[in-house]
Amino acid sequence: MPTPSLPLEERATATLDHPQDVIVFDDVAISFEENMVLDGISFRLPRGETKALFGVAGSGKSTILKMALGLLKPDRGHIYTLGEDVTQMREEDLFDLRRKVGIVFQESALFDSLTVHDNVAFRLMEEGSASIGEIDERVREALRFVELEHTVAMFPSELSGGMRRRVAIARAIITEPETILYDSPTGGLDPVTSTTIVELLVKQRDVYKTSSLLVTHRLQDAFMMASHVFDPKTNHMRHVEPGGRVEIPMAFLILREGKVIFDGDLHQLVQTKDEYIREFIS
Amino acid sequence: MAAGDFLSSIEFISPVDYAKRKIQSVQEYALLAAQSVANLFRRPVYGADMMQQADSIGFGSLPIVLASVFFTGAALALNSATTLSRFGATTVIGQLVSIGIVRELGPVLAGLVVAGRNASGMASELGSMIVTEQIDAMRALGTDPMKKLVTPRVAASVVMLFFLTILGDFMGLLGGSVVAGVLLGMDAHEYWSNAWQTLVFSDVFMGLMKPLVFGFIVATIGCYYGLTTKGGTQGVGRSTTEAVVASMILIIAVDVFVTRFLMVVLGS
Repeated sequence: MPTPSLPLEERATATLDHPQDVIVFDDVAISFEENMVLDGISFRLPRGETKALFGVAGSGKSTILKMALGLLKPDRGHIYTLGEDVTQMREEDLFDLRRKVGIVFQESALFDSLTVHDNVAFRLMEEGSASIGEIDERVREALRFVELEHTVAMFPSELSGGMRRRVAIARAIITEPETILYDSPTGGLDPVTSTTIVELLVKQRDVYKTSSLLVTHRLQDAFMMASHVFDPKTNHMRHVEPGGRVEIPMAFLILREGKVIFDGDLHQLVQTKDEYIREFIS
Repeated sequence: MAAGDFLSSIEFISPVDYAKRKIQSVQEYALLAAQSVANLFRRPVYGADMMQQADSIGFGSLPIVLASVFFTGAALALNSATTLSRFGATTVIGQLVSIGIVRELGPVLAGLVVAGRNASGMASELGSMIVTEQIDAMRALGTDPMKKLVTPRVAASVVMLFFLTILGDFMGLLGGSVVAGVLLGMDAHEYWSNAWQTLVFSDVFMGLMKPLVFGFIVATIGCYYGLTTKGGTQGVGRSTTEAVVASMILIIAVDVFVTRFLMVVLGS
C-alpha cells in the first residue's frame, strides 16, 4: 500500500486541515553521501495514536525520528511537528518546540557524567521554572512510573541496559510531552525486560494519551501493543480480543528502499497480500 | 587484511574535493568560534558550568604549567650564563630571563601545556558525547550544546590561561633565580632587581595579551574537533590527536603574528 505524497492543495495546509495530526511528513527525502536513504516519505501521526515504524536495518527509521525533531534536515519535503514546519525553522527556534516532544534514543543516550536524578531532571533544570523541591518530586514521580525510584543517586554506568532504557523513558516523560519518539526501546534486551518496557509504552499511551512514533525491529512488541490495553486497576496491561469494543490507537508503517510500502492498522496489516510484507511479519 | 583489500579500502579524493573539505572545515570552525563569543551575551548563561570548567582547566593545569615554566626559566638562565660569561656580563641574566619568560616563553609554554592537557580533554569528551548521541539528546531536550558546552569552555580557557601565565611567569623567573644563585653564585637581590627593572609596559602587555588568544585557540579547536567527531571510538581518538596537534601548531604560528602585531601597535 504505497502512500503518495500529499496533494499540492493539501501541502500548504497540511496541519490546518488535520489539527489532530501531531506529526506530518510530506514528500520527505534525505540522502547521506549520495546514498538516498528516504525518498518521498509521506505519512501522518494523529493525536493519541502510536505508529510503529518497521524496516530493515539502514532503512531510515531512526532518521525519521531525528528529522521529526529537526535534529536532521531533509533534502526535500516538509515536516510538521505540533503544527510547526521544522524544515523551515532555525536551530534557536527549534529548542522551544523540542521541549514539547520527548525522545528515547536507541542506546538511551543518558549523560554519563550525571546521576540518574540529574539526567531525568535535566529538562526541568534547564527550563529553570521549577523549584528544587518541585524538581525532586517530579523526578521521583517519573522514576516511580518506570519503577526505578531506588536508582536516583546512581550513575548510568551502574545500570543494566534495560534500566538505562527505563531511565531514558523517565527523562522523556518528565515534562509530560504531547508526543514521544521511541527509537528501538527494546532493542538488544531480553524478553522479560522487553515486555516490561512495552508495558510502560502501553501505559503511557493509554493513561496519558500520548502520541508516539515507535521504531522497532521486534514485530512482537508492536503486535503486543496493538493487542493490549493498560488496566489502571491492576497496574498491568491486559489482552484485548480482536474485534472487541475497545479500539486501540495503534498503526504500522513499513519502509522499503526509501519508500513507505505500508501505512495502516493491525487488521490491514494481517490482511495484506504484499509478499514482502507477509514475509516481513511472518 | 590482504594488500588488495587494504588498497581498495583507501578512499581517494580529488584535490578539488580535498580543498573544498578544508575550506568547509575552516568555515565551520570560524562559525563555532564566532558563536562561542556571541553566546556570552545571550541567555541562558551557564555560570556554574563556567566555574566547573575554570576549576578543571585552571587548577587542573596549574602544577604542570608551573613546573614547565620553572624548569624552562632555569634552563634559560643556564644557557644564558654560558654565553654571557664569555663577555663578563653574567649580571644581566636576570634581564634576559625576565624578557624571555614574560614576553615569549611564559605565555607560549603555558598555552602549549594547556593545549596538550585540555584541547585533548575537550575533544575526547565532546567526541564521546557525539558518538553516544548525548549531543543529539541534549539538543532534543531543548538545550543548545554551543551554549552549554562550548561557551563555558572558551570563557574558562581564556580567563584561566591569563592567570596561569602570570603565575607561570613568576615561576620562570624563580627558576632562573635558583640557577643564578645556586650555580652561578649571583646575589638574589641583584637578579630580581635586574629582572624587575628591565620590564616595561609593552613587555608585560604583550605577555598578557597572548594567553587570551591562546586560550581561545585551545578551547575552540578542542571543541571543534570534538563536535565534528565521526566514526565511533576510533574517531574519538583521531579527533583528540588532531585537536592537540592543530592547537599546538596554531599557538606557535599565531604567536609570530600576535607578536608582530603588538610590536607595531605598541611601537616596541
